[in-house]
Amino acid sequence: MRARATKVRLLAPLVFLASLWPGYVQADQPLLADLSSHLIAITTGFTGASVVLFGATDGPGDVVIVVRGPERDMVVRHKSHFAGIWINTRQVTFSGVPSYYAVFSSKPLDDIVPQPVQSLHQIGLANLRLQPRSTSLDPSEVADFRNALIDDQRRLGVYDDEVGRINFLGDRLFRAQVDFPATVPTGTYFIEVLLIRDGNVVTGQTTPLVVSQVGVDAEVGEFAEHRALIYGLIAVASAAVTGYIASLPFRNA
Amino acid sequence: MDIYLPIAAVSLDGFVLLILGAAVGFLSGVFGVGGGFLLTPLLILIGVPHAVAVATSANQLVGASVSGALAHWRRGHVDIAMALVMLTGGLAGSVFGVWVFALLLRFGQADLVISLSYAVLLGVLGLLMLVESVRTFLRHRRGDPVQPKLHAHNWMHGLPFKMRFRRSKLYISILVPLGLGFLVGTLSAVMGVGGGFIMVPAMIYLLGMPTSMVPGTSLFQIIFVSAAVTVLQAVENGTVDLVLAMILLVGGVIGAQLGSRFGAKLRGEQLRAALAVIVLVVAVKLAADMTVTPDQLYTLEILQ
Repeated sequence: MRARATKVRLLAPLVFLASLWPGYVQADQPLLADLSSHLIAITTGFTGASVVLFGATDGPGDVVIVVRGPERDMVVRHKSHFAGIWINTRQVTFSGVPSYYAVFSSKPLDDIVPQPVQSLHQIGLANLRLQPRSTSLDPSEVADFRNALIDDQRRLGVYDDEVGRINFLGDRLFRAQVDFPATVPTGTYFIEVLLIRDGNVVTGQTTPLVVSQVGVDAEVGEFAEHRALIYGLIAVASAAVTGYIASLPFRNA
Repeated sequence: MDIYLPIAAVSLDGFVLLILGAAVGFLSGVFGVGGGFLLTPLLILIGVPHAVAVATSANQLVGASVSGALAHWRRGHVDIAMALVMLTGGLAGSVFGVWVFALLLRFGQADLVISLSYAVLLGVLGLLMLVESVRTFLRHRRGDPVQPKLHAHNWMHGLPFKMRFRRSKLYISILVPLGLGFLVGTLSAVMGVGGGFIMVPAMIYLLGMPTSMVPGTSLFQIIFVSAAVTVLQAVENGTVDLVLAMILLVGGVIGAQLGSRFGAKLRGEQLRAALAVIVLVVAVKLAADMTVTPDQLYTLEILQ
């Protein structure tokens, strides 16, 4: 079952590349890329997944890929020692924080993309723009919170500070493998493929990838969120019924 | 076997959860308390988020208290009138408690307040029980007769709105059971406990109810308070994990059967001393966790 799925996954890009080879990449399409799969399905026994990104350019050049998970707001809280116990004292809320972030490049980043361009396109964790919501803390303190956020996400394996490798086959076809950990957040991901020539971004293409829970777990979670009252009533009823059934053997005791 | 808990958003070993449910069920079978006060901190210790542990314990408690209350009901040991008065206070208390809980979540202090209240409450309770059981034990050795003091007249008999409770043979102000219900309802929402361990001594010593009527009446009203807390937590905070609650309940039901059989073989003060030690260990562990320098000074939370 798993072997067959792998074979299909490997085959798909090959078929695509074969059709590409005779010269489908035309002058008006300097960059073309796609994924081996546009859906990662998380089931009960999910242990992570890989997606292969492949594509072609219309001539020599370098490629950088930025993978961003769905954005959300995050609160970072700082604990201080207070009256003998550790207590949350200060907090900063960041808006639009990507839930997943990884960069891939065909050559060491600093060799092909100058700092200002990296910053402009938010390439690399250091250039990730995290907007703090109104806060009374001064910028250096906010920076500590920002670093704490990035460190935490790296520990969870959802931010990767190592630049992944993009392999070129010849000087036109490229391929990269994106590995997602078991803790991958759900939602719509955007994979940005940038073609770099002479230190400039010549063109870019963005491909979506959906990470979604499937099966009973997903349905329970969704139901609990959208039908909270009914979910609560069902939770109470099923507990009460279980309790009633449990008391039956003791009826005559 | 790892089971993914959809609301807690963590994968935990289903077997460990069954054993945990069974262990807490066993203890509640042995000692005759709901067990919520042990379940919530134990869930927190194995990695369930605080808020989910609290709300899910309330859900599990619905099943446990239905099972227990039915047994007492069949023997006629439930004072419905008293239960209804306490329930009125309890429902108000649980609405208040869920609101307090939501407030704590918003200010990021829910974890601290839950851990702190547990450490304090369990610490005090464990010490009281230990002292009481050791005293009883010593008295047994000396061969003194044990004379529980029943129904002393005190300040609460001067309160207005008196009402007659036939089953319990009492004529007291409804403010006392109302207030007691409110307190327990609030605790139940904030801490995920049924409050049996506060309710039972208070019903015996404060209200002066006959001891035989106490567990059934307490469990009967806990059914409704914990049901209300479960629904309110689900709607207000979305923290009830049905999958977790059901696994715990299945384990708990089996454990409670074994526990009640085992408990019948032990002496009362031995039981209470053993429970006191368990309670104190949990309290010390929770207190230690708060004072030890955390691995990470920064914590993150995703806003929905």
